[in-house]
Amino acid sequence: MANRWTNTLKDNDVTPESAYLNRRQLMAGAAAGVGLAGIGGQAQAKESLEPNSWEDITQYNNFYEFGTGKTDPAANAHMLTTQPWTVRIDGMVDKPGDFAFEDIMKAMTIEERIYRLRCVEAWSMVVPWNGFELADMLNLAGVQSGAKYVAFETLLRPEEMPGTRYRVIDWPYVEGLRLDEAMHPLTIMATGIYGKDIPNQNGAPLRLVVPWKYGFKSIKSVVRVTLTDKEPPTSWNKTLPNEYKFYSNVNPNVDHPRWSQATERKIGGGLFSQRIPTLMFNGYEEEVAPLYEGMDLVKHF
Amino acid sequence: MSLVDRINGFARKVPTWPLYIIYLLPVPWLLYLAQTGGLGREPIKALEHELGEIALQLLILGLTITPLRRYLGINLIKFRRMLGLLAFTYVTLHLAVWVVLDMNLLWSQMWADVWKRPYITIGMAGFLALVPLAITSNNASVRKLGAAGWRNLHKLTYAAVLMGGIHYIWLVKGIQIEPLIYMAVIVILLALRLPKRKAPQRA
Repeated sequence: MANRWTNTLKDNDVTPESAYLNRRQLMAGAAAGVGLAGIGGQAQAKESLEPNSWEDITQYNNFYEFGTGKTDPAANAHMLTTQPWTVRIDGMVDKPGDFAFEDIMKAMTIEERIYRLRCVEAWSMVVPWNGFELADMLNLAGVQSGAKYVAFETLLRPEEMPGTRYRVIDWPYVEGLRLDEAMHPLTIMATGIYGKDIPNQNGAPLRLVVPWKYGFKSIKSVVRVTLTDKEPPTSWNKTLPNEYKFYSNVNPNVDHPRWSQATERKIGGGLFSQRIPTLMFNGYEEEVAPLYEGMDLVKHF
Repeated sequence: MSLVDRINGFARKVPTWPLYIIYLLPVPWLLYLAQTGGLGREPIKALEHELGEIALQLLILGLTITPLRRYLGINLIKFRRMLGLLAFTYVTLHLAVWVVLDMNLLWSQMWADVWKRPYITIGMAGFLALVPLAITSNNASVRKLGAAGWRNLHKLTYAAVLMGGIHYIWLVKGIQIEPLIYMAVIVILLALRLPKRKAPQRA
């Protein structure tokens, strides 16, 4: 099972967190020295696969169930209880039912995946996730042949989620993928970061990670997964339909109606952090472009 | 002595130059915070927003001078030029952070943003409206333009403040309360000037 996809920059896997930080600081110093020398294109994009610090990853979050500010999730997510946790897998599956988180974990192979994360708000991070391929979890329930899409739902527990008192979006948060996207080896359910249990503000105890799509597609604290033959509704599309569509693939050539998506800034670089070019499919073009062959990506953004 | 008299007496005695220094202290303080993590994991946006908000506050303070005198008899007019120049300084710093730190001098992307993103368009228009006001904020310009001409030119402030308020409302995600409060204050302060328009103005 699993290990169907391996990172091309594998040497990072064995680097301890402290060494990442040292190297990052050296790089930041060098970048400041170079000043505004311009953007290095592909070379810089590879450099940026340097994972962000634990603090960057856990203190700068969008998780509106805990508030709309970037620091709200880190401040409020401690209220969330994640034990016990079950995931209901239902719809077009052979064995629908409630799967205890522990039972899922026993059946899965946990591996590390260092992925870029590109937020639709034009900032990015690199996160060393621990998790398993979504395909393996779906196979626990047995996907039926007629299924075409996968719908996901986040926990809605207002007494533990102060942000849900405001109807910023229509709770609970829901997301969806086409079945082939869901079964792609890059698509994982993350349960950890830097080898530690995933913090609540990052979507404990398990959250989707689809690295070639904008971050909001990677739904957090998942309680339900439904196989269906219809395109499922997605929260941001319901909230602002002209700004967010179903696919939401990272695409530097298709601007958000209110800002450009051509460049992004990696979090954690301080005051003199440089913008870097956004890569098609967030740098995973080689792996996922075949999924969208013949599709008009401007129309289906 | 009434409270108003006491305020006016005190205002007469206070020199303006130390206030320039006090009002500029947030600049090194914010830069220090940005460098030491006090503005969060993404200090560029945070710095940009702080500078913009201070600029808007200073513009609004500038709008209070006339109603305070007209309705309460409090005369703080000697501080108005200072408020205007400080506001312009903060707007310029706000713009500079956007151009240099946020957009990294990516001129073509910025140029596209100015035309395609309404909140940037209106923000830039507001800045441009303030430029002639900053240039003519000196006694020589008042003499050269004449009191009436100078006053007419400086009515551009109203347009600039309104554009600043709209810029703030448009840039946030969805509808948020803080920019709407700023806008309400701006509209009230501008409305307080309306009735006087009908009567001929006395110098």
